[in-house]
Amino acid sequence: MPEGVLCNRKPITTEEDLKRLLADKGGRQYYEEMEHLEVDQAALWDALQKTCKSRTKTWLEICAHCGLCADSCFLYLANNRDPKQVPSYKIQSTLGEMLRRKGKVDTKFMIDAMETAWAKCTCCNRCGTYCPHGIDMGVMFSYLRGILYAQGFVPWELKIGAGMHRVYGAQMDVTTEDWVDTCEWMADENQDEWPGLEIPVDKEDCDIMYILNAREPKHYPEDVAAAAILFHVAGESWTVPSVGWENTSLAMFAGDWEACKMNIERIYGAVERLRPKLVVGTECGHAHRATVVEGPYWAGRPDGKPPVPFIHYVEWLSGALRSGKLKIDPAKKLKIPCTIQDSCNYVRNHGLGEHTRYIMSQIAEDVREMSCNREHNFCCGGGGGFNGIGKFRAQRDKGLYMKLQQIRETGAKLVISPCHNCWDALRDTMEVYGVKDIKWTFLKPLIIPMLIVPDHLKPKEDE
Amino acid sequence: MYSFLIGPMLWLSLLIFVGGLTWRAVQYVKGLDWRLERVAYAYGGKNGWKGALWSVFKWLIPFGTHSWRQQGFTAVAFFLFHLGVVIAPLFLAGHMVIMREMLGFSFPALPVWAGDVLAVCGIAGGLMLLVRRIVLEQVRFLSNWQDWSLLALCLLVLVSGVMARFQAEGYMNWLVMHVFCGELILILAPFTKLSHIVLFFMSRGQLGMDFAIKRGGATRGPAFPW
Repeated sequence: MPEGVLCNRKPITTEEDLKRLLADKGGRQYYEEMEHLEVDQAALWDALQKTCKSRTKTWLEICAHCGLCADSCFLYLANNRDPKQVPSYKIQSTLGEMLRRKGKVDTKFMIDAMETAWAKCTCCNRCGTYCPHGIDMGVMFSYLRGILYAQGFVPWELKIGAGMHRVYGAQMDVTTEDWVDTCEWMADENQDEWPGLEIPVDKEDCDIMYILNAREPKHYPEDVAAAAILFHVAGESWTVPSVGWENTSLAMFAGDWEACKMNIERIYGAVERLRPKLVVGTECGHAHRATVVEGPYWAGRPDGKPPVPFIHYVEWLSGALRSGKLKIDPAKKLKIPCTIQDSCNYVRNHGLGEHTRYIMSQIAEDVREMSCNREHNFCCGGGGGFNGIGKFRAQRDKGLYMKLQQIRETGAKLVISPCHNCWDALRDTMEVYGVKDIKWTFLKPLIIPMLIVPDHLKPKEDE
Repeated sequence: MYSFLIGPMLWLSLLIFVGGLTWRAVQYVKGLDWRLERVAYAYGGKNGWKGALWSVFKWLIPFGTHSWRQQGFTAVAFFLFHLGVVIAPLFLAGHMVIMREMLGFSFPALPVWAGDVLAVCGIAGGLMLLVRRIVLEQVRFLSNWQDWSLLALCLLVLVSGVMARFQAEGYMNWLVMHVFCGELILILAPFTKLSHIVLFFMSRGQLGMDFAIKRGGATRGPAFPW
């Protein structure tokens, strides 16, 4: 059987296909079919020749096998220093071997490579900053994911995730109607407490266009309301687009570059339509990476920049606190020991550590840094799609341990994490390791009760 | 034998070394593609170059980066070794004599004692790297025959050079071995991981540019805190 019904080289492009794949609970049939999925060796070799050029080839060739990357990898450390978890080994035994064999690899090789690419690397890019030669194995693993995806060797959930982006324009089945309804509902729901609160959809020429994570309207609509409240209190002129609001990209985790391009073009299309001066993205690390750091390139923009400035939520929040648009009541600052978990995608890969440090200084009295932090932080343990892959749950759970260790060393009782992936990983960490005394939170719900709200925005009591 | 090694063979090895490494460097740059790496080189401007130079510079300073500081033993071994295999051969008094004969000019020569010190540093560093490669499981596991033989070859050049310099018994054999191994290294350099002699600068520079242009240069500035 060259290709399976569910597991094949074709991306999911219709709702019907998507539903069929979803119906295969846990991907049982999908993974069974994968065992027999033939490798299109000619296409594989062709893709490698076309895309594996100067930088990647040099990286694989000049690696001195010095092992300095070993200790930089949280998965190596969390797995009792298993030499098979050394980043250099992981990439040499997969992508390196594929090149040496000129694409002549079999199904078993590809299934093993899939496990390495998605369960032994979260593309956090930390190893790249510890290698004397500047070999960034996270970048290579992201590239390898694309190669594997094109051959159909991708974890079930990510095939679905990329399909969701293609079919619904979002990582989950949230239609335009669902989304617009959620905005109306949340604005209504919070009217009593925040009179005049609006979630303006498709308003042209605002200062800010806000984009977010599909999980928010789907599972945490109160987060949409929280964003609205904060913009409202800050007096911002803002809007959300009815189409092009999805900031995340499971397609990036899957290595489905075509879907990545479709997603980014939807967002940039909304910018063109609504002409905001600035785009603010929600508290999500990979979404920022996908729209601001990598996105411009997928959209084919030669300057590598989005059409208007795009910022992460922490940049907007630190700016609003600095300028006084938002004021924190000093009496309400957090007294318990806190620490910050920055997403690798916005801190190592986009330098936003200063912003989160400033925010922390404004909202908490006892802030404790983890042993390695900012650009040198460890991945939460669930990045790069790792959180969502059922097949690799055991490996993910093991990887969470390093972050727990780091948090415990600080003595912090609250971890602030402006990233959906980190937030999920923290939630699971506490559950998996039975930790009861450490809590975790996004910024938005934490900030609102601390605000000094101007009188004219407060509900009138005797009405 | 010796006159052949020090004559035509030296010319040939140097030609392969310089020509080969130049070719590798040129090929590297020619093969870069802003779409594939997703780095807007052409729009990086000064910041891109600053990021590249910073990235090279920081890693050339002993204990200059987090990685070097975290791995003190390796850092010491690495820098000692490179003193012996890079600085010593370029400025050694004995080498300068040959260079003047071949080219009519030479670099300023190191005092003889300094050359001796550098060579000993190189041997000590090389042995430390060797011990590390044997003892540490994560390094031993990665090592292939090329890693072992190139390190052995470098040590052999240094040891034979020192033996010849001190006119040990069998002086001529040590000298021939020294020149032969040295030339072998020059010839192998463009075709093995020794190509990092130039590609280190390319790769480090490129990653520095990557971070400066795309991954945070606009917010943190061009200097990534390596």
